[in-house]
Amino acid sequence: MFLDLFLNAVVAGVLLGGFYAAVALGLSITFGQLDIVNIAHPAFVIVGSYTAYIINENFGFDPILIGVLATPFFFAAGVLLYRFYYATFERTGQESLSGLAFFFGIMFIIEVVLIMVYGVDYRLVEAGYIGKTIHFGFITIPIRMLAPFLTASAITLAVYLYLSRTFNGRAILAVSQDRLALQLMGADPVKIKQLAFGIAVATAAIAGALVIIIGPVEPSVGRLYIGRVFAIVILGGMGSIGGTMSAALIIGIVESLIATFYGPSWAPAVGFTILLVTLAFRPQGLFGRA
Amino acid sequence: MKTKIQPFWPSMAAIFLAGFIFTEVADNEFYFFASYVVLQAVIMATAWNILGGYTGYVNFGSAGFFGVGAYTAIALHKAFGLPLPLLILAAAALSGLIGLGAGYLTLRIKGVYFAISTLAMAIVLETIANNWEYVGGASGAYILTPEDSLFFDSYIEMLFMLILSLAIGSAIVARYLSTSRIGQGLAAIRDDEVAAECNGVPTLKLKLISTSVMGAMMGVAGAPYPFFVTFVDPVSAFNLLIAINAIAMPMIGGTATWLGPIIGGLVVGGMQEIITVTISSEMNLLVVGVMLVGFITLAPKGIVGLVQDYLKKRRAR
Repeated sequence: MFLDLFLNAVVAGVLLGGFYAAVALGLSITFGQLDIVNIAHPAFVIVGSYTAYIINENFGFDPILIGVLATPFFFAAGVLLYRFYYATFERTGQESLSGLAFFFGIMFIIEVVLIMVYGVDYRLVEAGYIGKTIHFGFITIPIRMLAPFLTASAITLAVYLYLSRTFNGRAILAVSQDRLALQLMGADPVKIKQLAFGIAVATAAIAGALVIIIGPVEPSVGRLYIGRVFAIVILGGMGSIGGTMSAALIIGIVESLIATFYGPSWAPAVGFTILLVTLAFRPQGLFGRA
Repeated sequence: MKTKIQPFWPSMAAIFLAGFIFTEVADNEFYFFASYVVLQAVIMATAWNILGGYTGYVNFGSAGFFGVGAYTAIALHKAFGLPLPLLILAAAALSGLIGLGAGYLTLRIKGVYFAISTLAMAIVLETIANNWEYVGGASGAYILTPEDSLFFDSYIEMLFMLILSLAIGSAIVARYLSTSRIGQGLAAIRDDEVAAECNGVPTLKLKLISTSVMGAMMGVAGAPYPFFVTFVDPVSAFNLLIAINAIAMPMIGGTATWLGPIIGGLVVGGMQEIITVTISSEMNLLVVGVMLVGFITLAPKGIVGLVQDYLKKRRAR
């Protein structure tokens, strides 16, 4: 019986963790690679959820499809936001703390606007596979968790391949290490960062659709993800995509075990506690260089 | 050296007296409720600025300290029925201790990492309150307002004078910290921590003072809160709005001086009360967010900075 519960919790944790990777992916790029502390990222994800909700409600499209179709718009919004951020903070060299407070304000504005337009009611999407489950012996897998896991793995892999195989992708990796060298190679650091920020925000469109498939969403749900995603990015060694995936799986499994054996009301503290402990004792993350 | 008459002490005394006369004259209780909220915001803003403005460490977890203050008061009130002044002292002590812990955190965690870890701390504290059944857990706790309201006409008038005194007290502390040698040391840390350390500034000691005072002051602001609202649950006591107000008010008022957060608290807090009554509480949240972003991008020195620039320009003419 215990083994039953334990194995089911671990499987659920793996599915949950894979999905967390998708939510953390954008932050892994902005925070890990570009050094921009985009604390508003979870709020962008929730905007993605509401996009999926609105279109699903009105036209009945599949939420994941909506997420993919919304990426160009999110990309454009990310590029614009980065341009503003660059002109206001980065160029004048006061990005760290003012920038942080700026994104904190943006996060708050997004949340309040969503509350004003849609209220604080929980919203959800409809699709044929939501609510179905697969059974392997005593292990139960809800499709509601499996579909987000597979989608998240796919976009994480896509971002990984883009960063490691293409010229622009490698330029994004380079801009965090040495701006000057990048300029000497004939790439404009600002344009590269703009591209990277756009991609990061674009991932929020898909991640948002996944959030609302897993469970109902209301405007302040994003706050719960702040701790998780920062914990994942820092634990994963700041910007390493493989590290992000591994850290996301760890947090997902720990959360799932805690929720199963101690009760779900403790689960939100897991990410934040891991984050605090990591920052205090191993700030370079599990997979980072010392 | 010419001795200038300090207008600070007389004006503090005048404000206290004005508050007292206000309780004797005004009848409509709404004014006291509204003023209480504004003054509570002034304390939070002043407290935030002692760390954020003087030392440069951004605290996103103000709601955590505030909530600890509120829950300390609830727990001790329930367990021993202690009077309010003792509850405030206990809340100050506990929140100050947590502040001290945050101060030791700065040894290893700097800049944006510190800001994120304070946010993390607030959520962990909220989760603990959520699971602490003695004080109501997630469903919250009711506080019966004591009958005794000293020599004031009503309990809310007593609370109003209490929070006014606490606000004046926090202004005195904040002013002392910024004008004394401690303030110079804190400013040195803000500008360049390593250089300060190399020049013999005891950075750790100063940071610990700064974080402890900040935490204690926020706890003090939180302790009377249960008696003000009479119902507290973790969502309201650890609300993100408290944290955003604590950041927005000093940034809007100006972080460089002790006066900035007070002005920010009065202006933004007063505006929030007006908007909440005339339009809606959502609109008031939106205005705070927009003002925060607007001031950070357009006027990083806040209202005090704008006024100073204006005066300088006028003098130059």
